[in-house]
Amino acid sequence: MDAVSILIEWFPYLLSGVVFTLALVLASLGLGVLFGLPMALGQVYGTRLARTCVGVFVWFFRGLPVLVLLFLFYYGIFPSLNLDLPAFVVAIVVLGLRGAAYQSQIFRGAIQSIGEGQMIAARSVGMSRFQAIRSIILPQAMRIALPGWSNEYPNVLTDTAVCYAIGVMELLTRTSQIVSQTYVTMPIYIAAAGIYILLNYSGMKCLSLVEEKIKIPGFGHQSEESHA
Amino acid sequence: MHDDEYILKVENIRKSYGQTVVLDSVSFNVRKGDTKVFIGPSGTGKSTLLRCINQLTVPDSGRVWLNGEEVTHSGSRINYFRQKMGMVFQNFYLFDHLTAVRNVEIALIKVKGMPAKEARKKALLELRQVGMEDWADHYPAELSGGQAQRVSIARALAMDPDVMLFDEPTSALDPELTREVLEVIKNLARDGTTMLVVTHEMGFATSVANEILFMEGGRIAEQGSPQELLSDPRFSRTKNFIGQFREFDREM
Repeated sequence: MDAVSILIEWFPYLLSGVVFTLALVLASLGLGVLFGLPMALGQVYGTRLARTCVGVFVWFFRGLPVLVLLFLFYYGIFPSLNLDLPAFVVAIVVLGLRGAAYQSQIFRGAIQSIGEGQMIAARSVGMSRFQAIRSIILPQAMRIALPGWSNEYPNVLTDTAVCYAIGVMELLTRTSQIVSQTYVTMPIYIAAAGIYILLNYSGMKCLSLVEEKIKIPGFGHQSEESHA
Repeated sequence: MHDDEYILKVENIRKSYGQTVVLDSVSFNVRKGDTKVFIGPSGTGKSTLLRCINQLTVPDSGRVWLNGEEVTHSGSRINYFRQKMGMVFQNFYLFDHLTAVRNVEIALIKVKGMPAKEARKKALLELRQVGMEDWADHYPAELSGGQAQRVSIARALAMDPDVMLFDEPTSALDPELTREVLEVIKNLARDGTTMLVVTHEMGFATSVANEILFMEGGRIAEQGSPQELLSDPRFSRTKNFIGQFREFDREM
């Protein structure tokens, strides 16, 4: 069998790895927002205790290589808690928490970049602190955060390949399985690389469409005093 | 502990930042329909005083009453009192992600719980009052400073305040834009809106105020009607201060 027909034969198997890869990406980005945003709010508006907790969490998950985190949780922490979790679940947890650590800092920066006048004005018309954060600060902060946050997509996407090390059935794991079964290397790796690039490109395209859609005239690139 | 004739009572407000005393026991009363104008050198606590009234800055001591109800130490009811004391800032502080009309209606919807349709109607009405209804769908970055400030006045008025607090409303504006904003404030005064105005516009102060309060060193140094302050020799400091401005204007 020539390389092309081998590739055609195994392509569906390779492609089903995309499902796992994308699931890892979505979990990482989704959990990143779900936990990262409250963490950012805690860091900006929270008590000293909240700030310390978030600080330690961020320091831990940003300070260790992904591979170390995966091994630590898969072979260390979860087994020692008598939790026998599948590699895929462990990968989601690790990438999600790591995403939260990174993204919390993107959100924190965006929240802190909003001029203090926005909060003062919101309070002056009778909004509570909570209402002001929800209706005034966050809608602005999220728009400012989006470009930086979008940059997490290719980061996370390429990080998913590391999950190969604990045997998650994602794209790279399947690629190397096919290679070791068929002894065809180059075409298989090129196919895998092509899929990664395609995923990357289409994801970024979607994100820039969102960016365009929520854009507000003049917002995000003017200083506070620029009106007069 | 209040007289019905006063809409707002301010009693012995003190505020220090570290060793610096910004407000040193300031007291005054405001009747319905009053226009009180605060003038004085920079750094004498005028803006801090306005912020202490609606508790955006919490005073070290002293008390504030609005319609006989205590504003200071009012816990979460402060959010109610702040609606009743509309504030206009030197730098407008419009909500940058919202159009003019959304700026005016958002607190009606989120704070007062007004239905969206009704809020929109009221917001447009307030924008008309400041001559900005044609700009309802524009974002803050698309407005001139004068226009932005008029929208911020509409935003404060929409909450049906009992008193308006103007904190140097024209200090960030060019002279020609200053005029359009002062015109709006003058109209409000003429219509009987109760207001406190911190300003460096002496012409405006002397023509619109029914009382001028001259502040110096965190205290009200002199106070009286514009006529009194300008003619009565007892009030030399205010007269000198205003005189300096007039001279400066002439030199310019």
